[in-house]
Amino acid sequence: MRLRWGLIDVLVVLYALIPVLWIVSLSFKDPSTITDGALLPTKWTWSNYAGIFRNDDFTRGLVNSIGIGLIATFIAMLFGTMAAYAIARLTFPGKRALIGFSLLIAMFPQISLVTPLFQIERALGLFDTWPGLILPYVTFALPLTIYTLSAFFKEIPTELERAAKMDGATPFQAFWKVIVPLAVPGMVTTAILAFIFCWNDFLFAISLTSSSAARTAPATISFFTGGSQFEDPTGSIAAAAVVITIPIVVFVLLFQRRIVAGLTSGAVKG
Amino acid sequence: MTAGRARDERRLALWLCAPATLVMIAVTGWPILYSVLLSLQRADLRFPQDQAWIGLSNYTTVLSSPHWWTAFGVTALITVVSVAIELVLGMLVALVMFRTLVGRGLVRTVVLVPYGIVTVAAAYGWKYAWTPGTGWLANLLPAGQAPLTGQWSSIAIIILAEVWKTTPFMALLLMTGLALVPEELLRAAAMDGANRRQRFTKIVLPLMKPAILVALLFRTLDAFRIFDNVYVLTDGAHDTASVSITAYHNLIGGLNLGIGSTMSVLILISVAIIAFVFIRVFGAAAPR
Repeated sequence: MRLRWGLIDVLVVLYALIPVLWIVSLSFKDPSTITDGALLPTKWTWSNYAGIFRNDDFTRGLVNSIGIGLIATFIAMLFGTMAAYAIARLTFPGKRALIGFSLLIAMFPQISLVTPLFQIERALGLFDTWPGLILPYVTFALPLTIYTLSAFFKEIPTELERAAKMDGATPFQAFWKVIVPLAVPGMVTTAILAFIFCWNDFLFAISLTSSSAARTAPATISFFTGGSQFEDPTGSIAAAAVVITIPIVVFVLLFQRRIVAGLTSGAVKG
Repeated sequence: MTAGRARDERRLALWLCAPATLVMIAVTGWPILYSVLLSLQRADLRFPQDQAWIGLSNYTTVLSSPHWWTAFGVTALITVVSVAIELVLGMLVALVMFRTLVGRGLVRTVVLVPYGIVTVAAAYGWKYAWTPGTGWLANLLPAGQAPLTGQWSSIAIIILAEVWKTTPFMALLLMTGLALVPEELLRAAAMDGANRRQRFTKIVLPLMKPAILVALLFRTLDAFRIFDNVYVLTDGAHDTASVSITAYHNLIGGLNLGIGSTMSVLILISVAIIAFVFIRVFGAAAPR
């Protein structure tokens, strides 16, 4: 029995890891052996990594990705926490409409926004700027933050706030001094999920930018053409793919339990 | 006193919800309206002076275009096949994560790796894996095969990339559903002589129906807007464009705002129909 489960486990692990192993291996292959088709490198090298960090566009893309991702996450968390608290704790007209509306956005086909946003942002001078990407990222991260956070808030006992209000705290004080500190673990999880969403986006990143001023790392990679026109970009693309993936994978693995809770809280509790 | 409290609470709630609501409306509401307006106009950035109201003729153009219907068919095929595979595979992975006796923590952790990978990065991995000469998977095929240059083989690879990346998410949603099945019920059924298969189809599946429907709804709508994998793997070549890719090419490559917006509106309508069918016909409960 244990042996059989062990074998099944191995299958699942191989499923998850072999494609990753392949990209990592490709990124360490020496240019002369990159087309040998072997699963593991026969000649190891760091040169692909050295190459992409000599490339200003890629480092610039990383800076854009980190900056845009962090700012968008921060704004989405701020607004999302406020709305989620209201949904979890207060009675007010339009609550169901707000929930329905954010659900609608969560399922919205992003391409349907790309055409009009492309035009609107060009008119407003937001095209190819950080705010031009931060705006759609905040919008699409908000449903996620509202859902996950309101699920986390609902798990905090109401008695705590009632006690605080008894002691003379205003609703805002009850929220800020009692709930927020208790909700920090849930907020960290939600922030990670929101950041992963921004970091992962590709469609907005290639449609609403036209230069390295705001182009994020995944979009930059898709423009790699190799050091010179005679050089194949395979090694550089593989190395860049590993660089943008590793931080997220490390995050996900460190916060594994919380992320599972966060990913499933909004969807199934309902 | 209580009335005052209730009014305070309402006022606080409105203030708390206002920023999020305003941002969501500003970034989606106006653009949607704008794209409906654009879809009724001849608006081509290459010929800006020709802009004019032309009623529904963009819709006739798109709906009578074989390219659009090919893209629509390809998207529907990718959606149905990948969601079906993900459901089965996700259920198996969920059962493993839930029931395994050894290394449960390890399995639950490792399964999150595909979720964490940037879609574009993973897509390049698959692309090179199937490139003749470079790829370890292409080398397993008979010599001279280039799977990313044929329509069917390309679609199969796109589905593979999509399934690999999103099965863990499906598995997590299903695992939460599994956790809601009471252990005692299964034990009682086993006592009464129900075998493993009967317990799964007669008890586990019906109890998991809400979780399955929500997972299917999420993934179907998500798969229907597939973009990243197609862009990297084929960029729509060999008749493999999804509707998102086609709309993107009309905008960025063609600079045709009218046609691009028309496609945007049509995609939006398709998504609304899918959601409606799930919620009304299958009774998927919208998460509250």
